[in-house]
Amino acid sequence: MALAKYLGRKLAWTIVVFFVALILNFLLPRLIPGNPVDAIVGQIAAGGGAGGEQLQKIHEHYMQEFGLDKPLWEQFLIYVGHVLRGNFGTSFGSYPASVNHLVGQALPWTIAIQLPAIIVGWVIGNVLGALAAFKGGWLDRGAFVGSLFFSSVPPFAFAIILLFVVAVKAGVLPVGGAYSFGLSPELSLTFFGDAITYFWLPFWSLVLVFIGGQAVGMRSMAVYELGTDYVNYNRGLGVRDGITVRYIFRNAMLPQFTGLGLAIAGLITGGLITELVFSYPGLGTLLFNAIGQNDYPVIQAITLLITVAVLLANFTVDVLTGFIDPRIRAAQSGER
Amino acid sequence: MSLRGLSPRFWVAAGIVAFVVLVGVLGPLILRTDPDTTVGGLYDKPQCCGKLLLGTDNEGQSVLINLVYGTRTSLIVGLIAGLIATAIGLFVGLVSGYRGGWIDDVLSAITNVGLAIPAIVVIILVSVSLPKRNIYTLAVVIGLTAWFWVARSVRAQSSSVREREHIDVAKLSGAGFWSILARDVLPYLLSYVVMAAVLQISSAILFESTLSLLGLGPGDATSLGTMLYWAIAWGSVRTGAWWAFVPPTLMLTLIVFGLLLLQSSLNEVFNPRLRRGRAARRRMVTQVTEPETVGAAGLLTGTEPR
Repeated sequence: MALAKYLGRKLAWTIVVFFVALILNFLLPRLIPGNPVDAIVGQIAAGGGAGGEQLQKIHEHYMQEFGLDKPLWEQFLIYVGHVLRGNFGTSFGSYPASVNHLVGQALPWTIAIQLPAIIVGWVIGNVLGALAAFKGGWLDRGAFVGSLFFSSVPPFAFAIILLFVVAVKAGVLPVGGAYSFGLSPELSLTFFGDAITYFWLPFWSLVLVFIGGQAVGMRSMAVYELGTDYVNYNRGLGVRDGITVRYIFRNAMLPQFTGLGLAIAGLITGGLITELVFSYPGLGTLLFNAIGQNDYPVIQAITLLITVAVLLANFTVDVLTGFIDPRIRAAQSGER
Repeated sequence: MSLRGLSPRFWVAAGIVAFVVLVGVLGPLILRTDPDTTVGGLYDKPQCCGKLLLGTDNEGQSVLINLVYGTRTSLIVGLIAGLIATAIGLFVGLVSGYRGGWIDDVLSAITNVGLAIPAIVVIILVSVSLPKRNIYTLAVVIGLTAWFWVARSVRAQSSSVREREHIDVAKLSGAGFWSILARDVLPYLLSYVVMAAVLQISSAILFESTLSLLGLGPGDATSLGTMLYWAIAWGSVRTGAWWAFVPPTLMLTLIVFGLLLLQSSLNEVFNPRLRRGRAARRRMVTQVTEPETVGAAGLLTGTEPR
């Protein structure tokens, strides 16, 4: 059963990488000289607002939560235990709010922007790339240079310009945030209609960049396929172009599909910064605030979430590839 | 590589890159002013000639002076990080591909794990933990997390060169391991390594600005990313102070676009099959064609055309 073996290997691989990421996530912030809890409590004290007794309590709370008085391996076990139970601890910055609460508020916004952007961008980008490669001429030149430009513009740079031109200068769409002042997130038509106007700008600034990257990749794959023997042979036989294109598309698609898993890490990273530009209340903005406050638990939770999202995306792509690619079903293949 | 074979695209790219390098190298020499000097008020409008050509930023510093110093910082970070990443990737890839055996297994496993974990995650975690951030620590951190792609593709190529006959000849004539690597394997990969280095540089510049935007920029120098960070933090986009954010945005775009264009035109020079209108040539060992993940989003994964 080649497919089952393939899937099993991919799953095992994903779990191994997850644990390496977990170790990095645990270890790297602990390499700071000194004790992070002392540093953070010092900061709270410097900002005033908390009395000596309260500080003592906060300090004890964190020492106990991280087990900082215990040896490193025991701390790691505590950390893994917390993470596997889905408990990311208490925020430094907005004590005593739990990290789960903060992340839980931000996550839906990020997903609402990124998931549709990835899917729409991938589909349009690949169709555009294949068309450009096959039609050639002006369409190719225009689409290629355009895509290359969009894909080469740093995602946030494009977002900044878009925000300035469309929202600030033209005033067509709202400038920032996710919904109008006075509304609160709820499942109603009014709220949705309001939130969607805030949604368009960050969404399009992500999608256009992603379309560009995908189109460039698809074009070069399709150009390569166009030069292969089977295409020449088809042409020699007088097979209709439409049929040949289907073969080209299918062959060029597979690497693009695998590439999707890789592109997702970049897209998520770019998306976080895009949120910042539009002050969209997602993970990017949360991460930004957490970094400003040295809020390690929140930072760690977000970096872990990014890792998990990327790993999940890659695993999903691997699984789907296993079903789509006949070579995997036919024989045992794969690089890892 | 003759000059005749270079496409117009190459010359456009070379022009853009040359322009940016000139701004970054000559700008600070000509203006000779500390970017931290206050020359005006909050967001003064651009006015003709001199330090106020691009107005002032939120601290009353000249945007023009910050821009040239920022360009220099970004170029330095890009260059150092790109070279570190390319060097490590090349070394690991060569050794693991040519040596094979358990060394290959270990190095490949490390490379694959490194590829699977998003680079930005590691960079954020390390940057947050660094007691002091300057442009060199940032460059080193970016360089140390970005070499995995280079290693992987160099490995694929060097392991296929290994099977070639001239390697046997070199072995028979008594050449040592390192000598074979440097003189019989490396030349086959050089064109790829040059392209990888170009991509690594632009990806490092992008990583630096991303980090700066998140508030993890260098503490001791102005970079294009820190300029944007302040511009956004002080609401220059909302208030319409375009001179504070358009110049660094454009400059970053120019750098990244120029380098990507350079890479893709070099790719056409080295890899004739990508050129249109030519019949497909025999597949050469050094040219492994797989999808090209071009683009800024691709850069943020540290992705290379493999």
